[in-house]
Amino acid sequence: MLSQKGIIRLSVIFATIFWSLLTIVDLMAAFSEKNEIAFGLPNIISNLLLAFFICAILIYYRYSISKAESVNFVDLLWKVFVFGLVTTIVTLVIEFFFNILDGHRLTENSIIINFFYHINMGLIIGFVSSTYVVWKRLILYQKTKSLLATWQIYEYLLLATLIYDLFFHHYNEPSFIAIYAVLGIIGLVLSFNLKWIAYLNFKQKWRSLLFILLVVVYIWYFVRTLMFYSDKSILIRDLLDNVFILSMITFIVIYAAISFLVILFNLPTTSVFERKLDEAVSFQRLSQSIPAGESEEKVYEILMESATSAVFSEAAWIEIRDESKNINVTLTDRIEKTAIPKIKSAVESSRFKKILNSEFDQNNDQIKLTANIKHPDYKSVLQFPVNVKGEKIGKLVLLKEVNDGFNKEMIDIIDTFVNQANVSIENFRLLQEALTNERYQEELKIANRVQRQLLPDKLVQHEAFDIHAFTQAADEVGGDYYDIFELDDHRTALIIGDVSGKGTSAAFHMAQMKGIFHSLVHLDLNPEDFMVYANDALSRCLEQTSFITVSYFVIDSQTNKATFARAGHCPSLFYSAKDSQASYFKNKGLGLGILRNSKFHNYVQVNEFEFAVNDVLVLYTDGITEATNKNKEQYGSERLLKTLTQNAELAPEAIQQSLINDLYSFCEEDKLSDDYTLLILKFRK
Amino acid sequence: MVTIDTHSIADEGVYELSVHGEIDASSSIYLETALKEAMQQSKKILIDMSELEYISSAGLGVFMSILQDLENEEIQMVLFNMSEKVIDVFEILGLNLLMNIQPSKEEALAELK
Repeated sequence: MLSQKGIIRLSVIFATIFWSLLTIVDLMAAFSEKNEIAFGLPNIISNLLLAFFICAILIYYRYSISKAESVNFVDLLWKVFVFGLVTTIVTLVIEFFFNILDGHRLTENSIIINFFYHINMGLIIGFVSSTYVVWKRLILYQKTKSLLATWQIYEYLLLATLIYDLFFHHYNEPSFIAIYAVLGIIGLVLSFNLKWIAYLNFKQKWRSLLFILLVVVYIWYFVRTLMFYSDKSILIRDLLDNVFILSMITFIVIYAAISFLVILFNLPTTSVFERKLDEAVSFQRLSQSIPAGESEEKVYEILMESATSAVFSEAAWIEIRDESKNINVTLTDRIEKTAIPKIKSAVESSRFKKILNSEFDQNNDQIKLTANIKHPDYKSVLQFPVNVKGEKIGKLVLLKEVNDGFNKEMIDIIDTFVNQANVSIENFRLLQEALTNERYQEELKIANRVQRQLLPDKLVQHEAFDIHAFTQAADEVGGDYYDIFELDDHRTALIIGDVSGKGTSAAFHMAQMKGIFHSLVHLDLNPEDFMVYANDALSRCLEQTSFITVSYFVIDSQTNKATFARAGHCPSLFYSAKDSQASYFKNKGLGLGILRNSKFHNYVQVNEFEFAVNDVLVLYTDGITEATNKNKEQYGSERLLKTLTQNAELAPEAIQQSLINDLYSFCEEDKLSDDYTLLILKFRK
Repeated sequence: MVTIDTHSIADEGVYELSVHGEIDASSSIYLETALKEAMQQSKKILIDMSELEYISSAGLGVFMSILQDLENEEIQMVLFNMSEKVIDVFEILGLNLLMNIQPSKEEALAELK
């Protein structure tokens, strides 16, 4: 396939060839006529060349003139104007040449006359064709199916006349007149498609009027020139006997005349149409999301600009007071800020006030109203509240120098603008919030990473026991804590803790607990002292409603005994391999941070137990026993005990897995709403 | 969610609260408000816990946070009629050691005499 550029080039080449051939053939015919020699070629050949030339020109314009868009109507007319200008200048030069040499033998020479006629003819056909294509583009702007069909009929008929023109006809033949009339009528019908005119602004309309007028002037001049030649009977070929050309010219003139009149009569209403367009543009600007880096103030600016231009107000201001976002802005347009209070009091005391919103509102400062006011500069005022999420955060006030300056249409359009601005601001705020949230999410991810490092990443395996831990937080960070520390070669300290609440605050307290554990564990305290010191330290740093439950063990592999204290933490579960039974250590104990005075030591109880090979110690947090299923039943300590008893023969990791699997199958999901931790110790000796 | 009904037993000078539902992190604020109000109204406070289905550590934190104030202002507060599940939670944490918890209203009232 040929590209568009290729077609344009080819059509130019062909048009030039056909025109040259036509000119040569016609001049030869003129020569033979002059010298009364019989000319061998039939007329149809030269007519065919003319038809081909016209087709090539039409194809050229068809591909070189772009589709009509609302931005280029005047450009299209400009093209027509320029081409017409060139054609006119060439024609004028030829006319000038004839005028200078008036009476000279050359000007009587039929070959010379025919030659210049052909030059004129080529240019005029070019101009007519270009105008025709431009008119076609304008008519088919915003086309409908029926319009397109009518246009196609017209165009095919027009092309058909090219065939008719192959045989010489005189313009006063009946068939010639009939075809001409039919084409004229269809052309007239088509000429009432003028939608493009509505999209011209005031300036463009004036320019279009000028161009169209000039097109008509050109055509008039060309027809006059053609008739001037036509009067000289020595012409070999008379373009005025060509129904195709005549029909095109007629169509161009009709369309030019109608569009000229329509544009002329549309001039006075242009400003209304332009204003509607402005409103649409303002509306679009308001509805665009605020680009990043800009502030809400931009929206208020656009709102005031749009409102002012939409209702032609003489002055305006917008004031926004939003304490929740710390925004306090007053934007003014052609008015001093100092003049505002005076206008406000004038509105307050106005007797011609019309409240526009139905809702009852005590605060006069924030309602939708129009009023006529007593003020030296301004006579009427329109006031609109600015809302965000139903909250009035400010108002827009427009002022005019005449009474009753704001009509219903103006109020409606301001209403639309203000509403759209409200939506934009809401969207902007939502976006800001979303961005902040995203940042918080990132922060939480970091917190999660940091917190995971607070728990021992690998538990030291001990000669006396195997140990395995499992922990899961409900949120990114949690309040469960466990740790292990070798006091000496045969004693190990072990801790499990649970901070009240969950999430970030719990995570901070958990970090404090870790600090306290590592400070105290080096002192090699007995469990009671450990608890007392820890309580003392935590009493100084925990929030008033927070506490931490802890179980602290010191395991001695030399004596095979463990001493421990429980500070409000879930009772530890112990499985005795010898008895094949498990039980909870039910000693007394008060959570850390609950009693923040010296009486705490009264509530610490230290116990001791002996362990043997294959005994299992299970430490856990209440996230496990308090996990609930759909019926709000708790997993409970009984189920935990039973599952441990069934699985106590396994290795610590397998015990942990079977306990967690049982828990998940009980809850029917694997995402619990609390932090939960499980620590399994299996003794080796 | 939690709902807390309050009423005074006029002749005894006792202020009684009944707690219904569940107390978790989000609803513990209602418990706190109700307790603060009760402590302003009377020096003898009875809390009926029979309708309390669940209490989280945040709820326990509320009770815990007023213990010092109760002692300072010499206010007597007695909790009664706790379900087994709830009393278990109090006991594990050790709050039963610091608070007066009674099985029935009669016994609770007797404590206040």
